[in-house]
Amino acid sequence: MPKDNGIGASPKRREDNRFLTGKGRYVDDINLQNQCFAVFVRSQVAHGVIKSIDTSQAETMPGVLAIFTGDDFVDVGGNPAGWLINSRNGEPMKEPKRPVLAHGKVRHVGDAYAAVIAETYEQAVDAAEAVEADIDELDAIIDMAAALENSNNLVHDEIETNQCFDWGWIEDNRAATDEAIKNAPHVTTLDLVNNRLVPNAMEPRASTGDYNPGTGDYTLYTTSQNPHLTRLLISAFVMGIPENKLTIVAPDVGGGFGSKIYHYGEEALVLAASKKLGRPVRWTASRWESFLTDAHGRDHKTTIELATDLEGNFLAIRTSTLANVGAYLSNFSTVTPTFLHGTVISGNYTVPLIYVNLKTVFTNTAPVDAYRGAGRPEATFSVERVIDMCARELGMDPLELRRKNFIKKEQFPFATAAGLEYDSGDYHSLVDKLEEIADFAGFEARKADSASRGLLRGLGVNTYVEACGLAPSNLAGVLGSRVGLYESATVRVNATGNISVMTGSHSHGQGHETVFPQLVADMLGMSADDIDIVHGDTSKIPFGMGTYGSRSMAVGGSAIVRATEKIIDKASKIAAHMMEAGEADIEFNDGVFSVAGTDKTVSFPEVAFKAYVPHDYPVEQLEPGLEETAFYDPGNFTYPSGAYACEVEVDPDTGKVTICSFAAADDVGNVINPMIVEGQIQGGLGQGIGQALVENCVYDDTGQLLSGSYMDYTMPRADDVPFFTTDQSSVTPCTHNPLGAKGCGEAGAIGAPPTVINAVVDALSELGVTHIDMPASPARVWAAIQAAK
Amino acid sequence: MSSVSMTVNGKPVTGEVEGRTLLSAFLRDDLHLTGTHIGCDTSQCGACTVHVNGVAVKGCTMLALEADGADVRTIEGMANADGSLGVIQAAFQEHHGLQCGFCTPGMVMAADDLLKNNSNPSEAEIRKHLSGNICRCTGYHNIIKSIQAAAAQLG
Repeated sequence: MPKDNGIGASPKRREDNRFLTGKGRYVDDINLQNQCFAVFVRSQVAHGVIKSIDTSQAETMPGVLAIFTGDDFVDVGGNPAGWLINSRNGEPMKEPKRPVLAHGKVRHVGDAYAAVIAETYEQAVDAAEAVEADIDELDAIIDMAAALENSNNLVHDEIETNQCFDWGWIEDNRAATDEAIKNAPHVTTLDLVNNRLVPNAMEPRASTGDYNPGTGDYTLYTTSQNPHLTRLLISAFVMGIPENKLTIVAPDVGGGFGSKIYHYGEEALVLAASKKLGRPVRWTASRWESFLTDAHGRDHKTTIELATDLEGNFLAIRTSTLANVGAYLSNFSTVTPTFLHGTVISGNYTVPLIYVNLKTVFTNTAPVDAYRGAGRPEATFSVERVIDMCARELGMDPLELRRKNFIKKEQFPFATAAGLEYDSGDYHSLVDKLEEIADFAGFEARKADSASRGLLRGLGVNTYVEACGLAPSNLAGVLGSRVGLYESATVRVNATGNISVMTGSHSHGQGHETVFPQLVADMLGMSADDIDIVHGDTSKIPFGMGTYGSRSMAVGGSAIVRATEKIIDKASKIAAHMMEAGEADIEFNDGVFSVAGTDKTVSFPEVAFKAYVPHDYPVEQLEPGLEETAFYDPGNFTYPSGAYACEVEVDPDTGKVTICSFAAADDVGNVINPMIVEGQIQGGLGQGIGQALVENCVYDDTGQLLSGSYMDYTMPRADDVPFFTTDQSSVTPCTHNPLGAKGCGEAGAIGAPPTVINAVVDALSELGVTHIDMPASPARVWAAIQAAK
Repeated sequence: MSSVSMTVNGKPVTGEVEGRTLLSAFLRDDLHLTGTHIGCDTSQCGACTVHVNGVAVKGCTMLALEADGADVRTIEGMANADGSLGVIQAAFQEHHGLQCGFCTPGMVMAADDLLKNNSNPSEAEIRKHLSGNICRCTGYHNIIKSIQAAAAQLG
């Protein structure tokens, strides 16, 4: 039974008080004395040569303080790609420069080529409209296949191709995989699209640069999921401001989902502008700018082949994908479609042979990078759709076909054919749990009831396993990462016994201020109320890699555990001295140190006070103070898994799909705060349903973004989803971190899309429909029904 | 610039605004009531929802001058007089109805508007009423639960 505030408890969130009363402090809420405002001038064409920019008129307008163009940043470094991928022929990937402001060419609608700084926001907007640019429009490169074939029209002329890289995984398995598919008794082939999405965190991006002319120090307030990583990128690659002169503060941030991992040009611009003017410079995106310039997600075109014998045993999987990276490489653009995608094509299965080929393509669209799930939704959708299709072709029950090929519980740790070693899992048990919560037995009756109302009812199932808890640094480095992926924590015990925990993780909705104290409270036997979390300010916390990839509990939490272990170790030494006992005789339980075999005790607060007022203290052997830091580098990825079921009703006259029910059984390892975990899964399901049914980021063939606002980009709303039935009780702990936690932030976004589409296809199968691409909007569903007639 | 006066959370305020200044911008930038959030530019996300003369309004659909003389309530005015959370706010905390907090002020204002006019809404009615407020974090599940709990408590 968990204590009220330890591991396994669900204390209510501390964060809520400020968010519910309007006292949150998001970047746009922060006013600095003497601040001024930046507005960017952005390309209205998708591709063009900048012949000239005339700022003379704008310069004369009221309130204008400075105007920047790409010329001002020619000697400043480009925004780097964070992961080097090599093509199959051994060549390193192409890395064209991504400048702070577009220079020479504009490469997507929204590409900023100038910035106007003025006393007020309105003055900056007015002056930005007066900036005249002579841009020679070029044909837009939008279709990926055409982009690869066309060597005359290039997004980046200097790299002489529109291909970033051509990746194969695992190359040594290619021949055997081809052979297996050639000889297989049955092959299911599916062409599919993983639709491009706009992350749309509800808070638009914002950055405020604040240069202190007296000290030469910079502070950047910015909507970031990882302030230290941003600082590293700015310092080491872009502006060269030494890290000890640059503080980055990511205060309250209104959602990220990946889009706020990356360094963006606006951050560098406000720093440069603040330096030039000696005043704080503020920028906040309007939603149309978010649509045009936040890194988009997904956008794969894939052919997947699943080879089986006639009993449904999987023999091989082969995929071939075109993945859009957009106009410029964003920081993780290259790892998202490769090592976060190709490596989980194995899914939950023992399939012995896998080969993934993926080509990344530059186009005149916004950069594409990790968005909730980051590669794993793409892999899971491909694999789970082709399995469902194979089940229909072989006349097998879709769950039976999956069960037959699952890695069995006793086979863990399991080395997959895609190169990962899954530590633990029990997929059969997850499916059993799903059957408990999804009431499959009642489906036929519900289907008949739907039919009586003229509606087609479908049941879709799906299983997934994903790789997250990023990541073991050595392995990541071998695979091409240019950064490490550890996490940090400093546990600072104060003299009167309360504790500050400085974490490199960042909370932008995940509830870390509530959950992380639970870990320390549990280990130290104290009230979580006396433990406070500090995050988001590089001047206050040790270097951390931040929050994404479902890593904050698995990696960030583990760092906190290790730092707290060091605290207990030192405190035990102090307690031993205080009680004149040997260290080996000290026991620590529920916040009290005791000497084995005696009734001598001393409390943790007493030890803390002694550490800071070290009288009668062995300073020769032991330093005063009680503050410890740990950097935790995980031994492996973590591997959450799940089994999902969804029932939909389709109106054949309108194509409208309604989700009637959604059941999700997830194994996220040990659950630290059940309320938070459940909330993360629910949120992921909402986004996954959004991808499956309504969301679609669409450019026309001139590169204009047609889905550029909430008028045209459909977001899932409260009346688009039902209550979810979720369960996380099927636990196989992570075997390689001290918490046994696997991470839960992305699971719903990974598992939901194929579940929903499998359900829609099931509903339409009696009409002869075998596949439908996402989003399964009413128009597309209706068209599929007509086409099958 | 024109002068504008209104009552906000019970206090009379005045300011100088341009004709084009939105009510949401006046609240945030002039009155420094930053609890009302700007999430979009097409009046669809609902993060800027406030009450004007007792009716829920998206603050971005009104010019500040249109609210001249009005009685405006924002999220900052929703707590009890002693600073403790109101019933709806407390229900959101109890039921984990928020994650990043950015849509939350709008959700609370929309929920308050619903429950003033429909004290026992069905799940479908709640979802329909909130369909003008976008949340990206929660999947809406716990938001609906929070409002159901608040409705039950308000009787």
